[in-house]
Amino acid sequence: MFRNQYDTDVTTWSPAGRLFQVEYAMEAVKQGSAAIGLRSKTHIVLGCVNKANSELSSHQKKIFKVDDHIGVAIAGLTADGRVLSRYMRNECINYSFTYESPLPVGRLVVQLADKAQVCTQRSWKRPYGVGLLVAGLDESGAHLYYNCPSGNYFEYQAFAIGSRSQAAKTYLERRFENFADSSRDDLVKDALMAIRETLQGETLKSSICTVAVVGVGESFHILDQETVQQMINAFDIVGEQEGPAAEPDAAAGQEAAVDQGGSTGEGAAPMDI
Amino acid sequence: MNFMASKQPENSLLGPEADSQRTLYPNVTGTSVVALKYKDGILMAADMGGSYGSTLRYKNVERMKAIGKHSLLGASGEISDFQEILRYLDDLILYDNMWDDGNSLGPKEVHNYLTRLMYNRRNKFNPLWNSLVLGGIKNGEKYLGTVSMIGVNFEDDHVATGFGNHLARPILRQEWHENLSFEDGVRLLEKCMRVLLYRDRSAINKLQIAKITEEGMTISQPYSLKTYWEFSAFENPTQGAVGSW
Repeated sequence: MFRNQYDTDVTTWSPAGRLFQVEYAMEAVKQGSAAIGLRSKTHIVLGCVNKANSELSSHQKKIFKVDDHIGVAIAGLTADGRVLSRYMRNECINYSFTYESPLPVGRLVVQLADKAQVCTQRSWKRPYGVGLLVAGLDESGAHLYYNCPSGNYFEYQAFAIGSRSQAAKTYLERRFENFADSSRDDLVKDALMAIRETLQGETLKSSICTVAVVGVGESFHILDQETVQQMINAFDIVGEQEGPAAEPDAAAGQEAAVDQGGSTGEGAAPMDI
Repeated sequence: MNFMASKQPENSLLGPEADSQRTLYPNVTGTSVVALKYKDGILMAADMGGSYGSTLRYKNVERMKAIGKHSLLGASGEISDFQEILRYLDDLILYDNMWDDGNSLGPKEVHNYLTRLMYNRRNKFNPLWNSLVLGGIKNGEKYLGTVSMIGVNFEDDHVATGFGNHLARPILRQEWHENLSFEDGVRLLEKCMRVLLYRDRSAINKLQIAKITEEGMTISQPYSLKTYWEFSAFENPTQGAVGSW
């Protein structure tokens, strides 16, 4: 994407009918480190890569519990993500207080999307620079949604966002048809495999990733490091045989002129992780 | 010049002008509502009277209404406040339907919404002068609850408002059991309503019984209960009473 005379203001259309500021906001999501989500009929698993800036610092929090039945993983400007998580928590709490009942995920997602849309139509605002994977349980079952800075939202069986997410997406595309009937543990294993795809060769350890689960009879919670490491060890042997059939060349062509490979490490803006 | 006096909008409840607008007492009132859980859902009974003080002025008041697909609301107390509550619930159900997303507000949610409504009004010293009964069934789960004008709320297997609490609940405590058939439920409600008819001076002999099940809500046509007045004690009731003639 190159600079042009229509990209200064979010309220300026380009002659081709595009809002460049919104598209640039979506680029910010692609720069953040990967987050993935997948669901079965009864459970949803969220996972993300957590790289600390340096050995001295702790890593940024990218997965937030919104309510007992809803959780969110973010990629992009984590500060924006934190603010939106607070909004979501507020909405859930208010609904629970008035109706003594959990807020249906589908409704929360629409409210979030409408909030993001406002920022694409005010000259004094900027779009939120964060993509959210919202996982939640409803009357109608388990749901996974993706909310983007444009104000759009989509429902998914499985999805990945952030840098090198294409590798994870390819892995998920091959396996998603089986997810609906997967057991909870198999779902977590698949999530870890998908996270591993985004690491491109680097060893998967529980210290650089975070996994969270929500399901029928199971409140949203983040799995502790030990449990995650045990699961990694459990399938690592199997993993060797299967081999991460990564297709990095397929990834490079798809993102329009964005160099994903070089994004982390060199010149990542301090506000992004 | 009074620094403190700021200009209030016309409909504000603050300031000296507003005291005349706060609810002080009810004008047209309905009497008891009685309801119980039975095998397939909820049964609720209420008579059709609207009293203007001690005058039985209105005799065709429907005090039970369906709310959405899953709930049934009965009210005693100020009729105009009941109509106001129906308006609030209309809006609530409308917005719920407008989501068009397969989720719907069930009886538990409506009951809690009403609790918040009643309690918040009570806190402003401007109550909705009603005792409400909210019953319903959703996904096989039966629900029956009540809210008073001061926001006291609870759920139970059988509930009543006003005089019903004193006359009907004791009967229900003795005779209610799980999985009543429809006929048994109606019989039990009629027994309660008959006692109320004899003993509550604001009751009239024209009642409706409403039922709500998974299929929906139906409300009976108004009908009257058979009563018996030939008790010997009713003949010459003042015989032997000191100082009477």
